[in-house]
Amino acid sequence: MSDAAPLLSVRDLRVVFDTRRGRLVALDGVSFDIAPGEILGVVGESGAGKSLTGTAVIGLLEPPGRIDGGEILLEGRRIDTLPPAEMRRVRGRQIGAIFQDPLTSLHPLLTVGAQLEETIRTHLPLSRAEAKARAVALLREVGIPSAETRVSQYPHQFSGGMRQRVVIALALAAEPKLIIADEPTTALDVSIQAQITALLRRLCRQHGTGVMLVTHDMGVIAETADRVAVMYAGRLVELGPVDQVVRAPRHPYTAGLMASIPRMGAREAVLAQIEGSMPRLGAIPPGCAFSPRCPSASARCTAEVPALPPGGTGAACWHPVAEPAHV
Amino acid sequence: MLAFLIRRLLNAAGVMLTVAFLAFMIFRFVGDPVELMLNEQATQAQRDELRVRLGLDRSFPLQYLSFVTNAARGEFGISYRNQQDVIVLIAERLPATLELVLVATVLSLAIGIPLGVYTAIARNSWGAQLLQFGSVLGVSLPSFAVGILLILVFSVTLGWLPAFGRGEVVQIGWWSTGLLTPSGRMALVLPGITLSLFQITLVMRLVRAEMLETLRTDFIRFARARGLRARSVSFRHALRNCLMPVITVTGLQIGNLIAFALVTETVFQWPGMGLLFVQAVTFVDIPVMAAYLMLVSFVFVALNTLVDLAYAVVDPRLRQDSVKHG
Repeated sequence: MSDAAPLLSVRDLRVVFDTRRGRLVALDGVSFDIAPGEILGVVGESGAGKSLTGTAVIGLLEPPGRIDGGEILLEGRRIDTLPPAEMRRVRGRQIGAIFQDPLTSLHPLLTVGAQLEETIRTHLPLSRAEAKARAVALLREVGIPSAETRVSQYPHQFSGGMRQRVVIALALAAEPKLIIADEPTTALDVSIQAQITALLRRLCRQHGTGVMLVTHDMGVIAETADRVAVMYAGRLVELGPVDQVVRAPRHPYTAGLMASIPRMGAREAVLAQIEGSMPRLGAIPPGCAFSPRCPSASARCTAEVPALPPGGTGAACWHPVAEPAHV
Repeated sequence: MLAFLIRRLLNAAGVMLTVAFLAFMIFRFVGDPVELMLNEQATQAQRDELRVRLGLDRSFPLQYLSFVTNAARGEFGISYRNQQDVIVLIAERLPATLELVLVATVLSLAIGIPLGVYTAIARNSWGAQLLQFGSVLGVSLPSFAVGILLILVFSVTLGWLPAFGRGEVVQIGWWSTGLLTPSGRMALVLPGITLSLFQITLVMRLVRAEMLETLRTDFIRFARARGLRARSVSFRHALRNCLMPVITVTGLQIGNLIAFALVTETVFQWPGMGLLFVQAVTFVDIPVMAAYLMLVSFVFVALNTLVDLAYAVVDPRLRQDSVKHG
């Protein structure tokens, strides 16, 4: 799928926070593509810069955060330099967003229908009646029963899973080509997580929508994503097809992540973990940010920052884990 | 819920009885009303007769009881100065004060809410900083100073607006209104601004604080992420979430406005209840003072009780609590 012209193309993205104690580099040299209809999973620990990447793409960075370098292209058009009024028209119409908590993402004092209709009419030239019909159709599409009556209810009358369905309907309201889904299932019950993930996957396949799926849940990634990007301390450390990254990770950090997922059936007394913790933004070591925790770090690792291999697939590492023979 | 209601109403009644007691005590502390009402040549027989007629020969609790029962019926006796029923005097003046308070409330919402939204959205702009600074002035300037300043500029120097009085009024039943005549409306401008200045800054600061909190919420972030227009995000989505406390505070402040209209009314010679009270103080017209005290406290207590009850209706936790304890 990656041979198609990219829908979203992020090149050398650098996001900084200018604080009183100096400049913090939160994202550094992040590059990836998303093809139309492709689901790219973005994983990493808290603070690795996953959500921040999504926020930067939809242009909602809050000061003091700002894009300091690189470019973001949507269908070949540069969007990171658009004036705010034009970027607003891109949001919702071309890039949709889904956030973590469906309980707080909806306005508590407006009906679900009112929120859908406003979003539809902001982006599409439809009459009030047409927008209302579309709102009902959207609710039906995301699997909300008796959508005709539900459309005039308030968010608190919906369960958590149903609310996340409403959020998905809102994100899809104007048929965007790309959806940034930031931890869309983290706040939900495990039983509902699978439903929502499947729904998201089905809708995006049907509409040919590209998805940037931000999560720390490798299970969700393995089920849903086509490719995976692994982030660590504001940098991309590994990018590749989901099977390859999950089964045969090349970066020692990814390998550590995969090893730390408990397996069903295997009775382990101690769960595997990566020693140490991710550095704070103000204290990222020179060279590879993972080097202090890396079992195979060498002198080169603490001096030079490794880059992803040309072509953007593989591990940003001087000493990648050897590829298994059968791959 | 019923227990909560009864408890609230009992509280309100308790406060009113206490206020009535204080109002009643004024009569006793200021001296013998019989001495005040009769001239020096009156005979002892005349004095005794008046004393009996006024019920002053009865015991203290009995007198208090009759004061309370009369007050509950709206009877506060006869003004020493005008020899008119106090309640008639107050009814004449009530529309003027209420219209002034109404105008001040409308002004405070119409000006305070947009300013609050603006100072929250553009909180780092120099305009918002200036307004924040200005609002400190608005809170700290006494209203008599503001009133006199406004009169100096707009009445004396520029001559645009009247400096005192209500202008022409139109009678609608017992209610006299200045809102229907041009001169009545002109006369409302300066006192209205004077009375509302504090309110405007209060509403502005309240809306600003609530907006800053709401703007950080997920649903505002999500509204932005859907590309909704900035104006809609600010006013339709964020402001809507801020209005509950604004309504509460505005409601409670109406009592304050009625009470503090006294100063504004004095500065502008506004023929309202406040001015009536100030004149009553000058002439030691105790029935009028007592009636005013009772009326203003009644407004306060009524508003507070209504707000408490409204909370209980809105917030189910309050209802649960009252069931458990009541």
